[in-house]
Amino acid sequence: MRVRRVLAIAKKDIRIYYTKGPVLISGLLLPVFFFLAFTMGREMAGTQLVAGLIGMTLWFTATSISPVIAPWETRDGTLERLVSAPITVVEILLGDIVASATISVSITGVATAILALVLDVSIANPVLLGVGLILAAIGFSALGVLLAAVPTDQTSNVMMLATLVKFSIIFVSGIFVPVADLPSWGRVVAYGSPLTYLVQTTKYGLGTGDSAIIWLVGLLFFFIITFSLAVWVHRKTLPKRL
Amino acid sequence: MAPPAIRVENLVKRFGDLTAVGGISFQVDEGESFGFLGPNGAGKSTTIRMVTGVLRPDAGAARIAGYDVRTDTDAAKSEIGIVPEQFNAYPDLTAWKNVMLAGELYGIPRQTRKSRGTELLRSFGLFERRHTLATNFSKGMKQRLMLTMALLHDPAVLFLDEPITGLDVESQHLIRERIAELNREGRTVFLTTHNIAEADRLCDRVAIINRGEIAAIDTPDALKQTIERTRAVEVSFNEEVTLDTLAAFSTVDAVEKRGDTIRLMTPDPDTVIKAVVNFAQEENLTLRSLQTLGPSLEDAFTALTEARQ
Repeated sequence: MRVRRVLAIAKKDIRIYYTKGPVLISGLLLPVFFFLAFTMGREMAGTQLVAGLIGMTLWFTATSISPVIAPWETRDGTLERLVSAPITVVEILLGDIVASATISVSITGVATAILALVLDVSIANPVLLGVGLILAAIGFSALGVLLAAVPTDQTSNVMMLATLVKFSIIFVSGIFVPVADLPSWGRVVAYGSPLTYLVQTTKYGLGTGDSAIIWLVGLLFFFIITFSLAVWVHRKTLPKRL
Repeated sequence: MAPPAIRVENLVKRFGDLTAVGGISFQVDEGESFGFLGPNGAGKSTTIRMVTGVLRPDAGAARIAGYDVRTDTDAAKSEIGIVPEQFNAYPDLTAWKNVMLAGELYGIPRQTRKSRGTELLRSFGLFERRHTLATNFSKGMKQRLMLTMALLHDPAVLFLDEPITGLDVESQHLIRERIAELNREGRTVFLTTHNIAEADRLCDRVAIINRGEIAAIDTPDALKQTIERTRAVEVSFNEEVTLDTLAAFSTVDAVEKRGDTIRLMTPDPDTVIKAVVNFAQEENLTLRSLQTLGPSLEDAFTALTEARQ
């Protein structure tokens, strides 16, 4: 793997795709309004509120653009340019993930600092919170990249699938209701969601919860599995997009 | 001895039931300018995409400078520069950023890509517009930008897919000049076109391809002679005329009835037109239409295939 080529892809993605309005709308405004709609009038602890907002911001920013880059590039013919260059599928996908993770961690980092100040919530373990955000960002971005493997040049087709996955996962990830308060079947589902791992890690970073190691390991495994799957599926579907 | 610049062996590509390329083989020597001539849909672009590693062939092999495109993919791709038929630089990046990105993808050091990028953009008349988004370029400028990007890593083999088609006269002239110059400098050029005159101007040898098969590989002059033989005169009269009468005209190779018109295949349309006019006067017939038909690649391909058989 050649890091410079991965970074070249990431730089290109940020310049072209992440300077567009949808990232801000999808990454910041959507989670705020979504969260307000579900929390207003309910009693929620400060850490639960902040952890939920951080989780949703990262979730939405990391999965906002990453699913549509490949269809976009298929439509513009630029995917063929990449494929004809001496760069592997793994390097292209890693570049997409690095771009998505960089933007989502930056936006979520700023949002976290603002939330902590406004809601007067202290960050007890900033290093662990940072590691959690990075691991979650690459995992969520890998999920976006996996969704991008649909062999189409229509971004709307991928967006439909991405929206279905994104919104379904939010409801089973301990954002609106703490995992401990869920019924037993709900807890089983929640433990399968990577967003739960981030919310739990964030709570620990904010000073509540027992341990975060298991959640960090969960995030790492989620990235490894999702990225491996993304590489496999992209290799299969790439010829259909050229 | 250096390996050939391009070596293709029994390359096959199928899309469902359609065989786009049906087992073609050819070789292009180092420093040669090679044309791939055929009508639209003949399999030219599919071949180029397989040879450059974009599409995976169903069978056969392609080697660039000795590197197998399937097994030594990166080494083979590093030896080639590609200008595809469709514009495929990033429309939302400036010309400069597109060129720098191309350099990064080929692992060219920063200083080299800057100096070479500047030099190439100047030579293609784009340096002053380097900070303009590619989407705002004219077709000719877009083509020049793609050539700049293709040449940045100094490839040994340059693939050009219909590089002149649809360009303004100035861009056509500039690109033709540059292609000839690059070839004179020793670079191997592989050019696809559906225009025999274009191949004649730029190529040392030409392969004629149709329906995924190569009919002939020869010099442009030799192929042109064959193609010229496929010219025709199309005529229609106010009354029925027996085909045998027309077939007896000097230089007419064959006669075909197509609706109410008659097509006279000939390498010499001038003689046939004079004969048709004289015949109409003598027989007191009215000419409803009379026109010459240029040589078509389809007809040339058929003629070449028949000659080969």
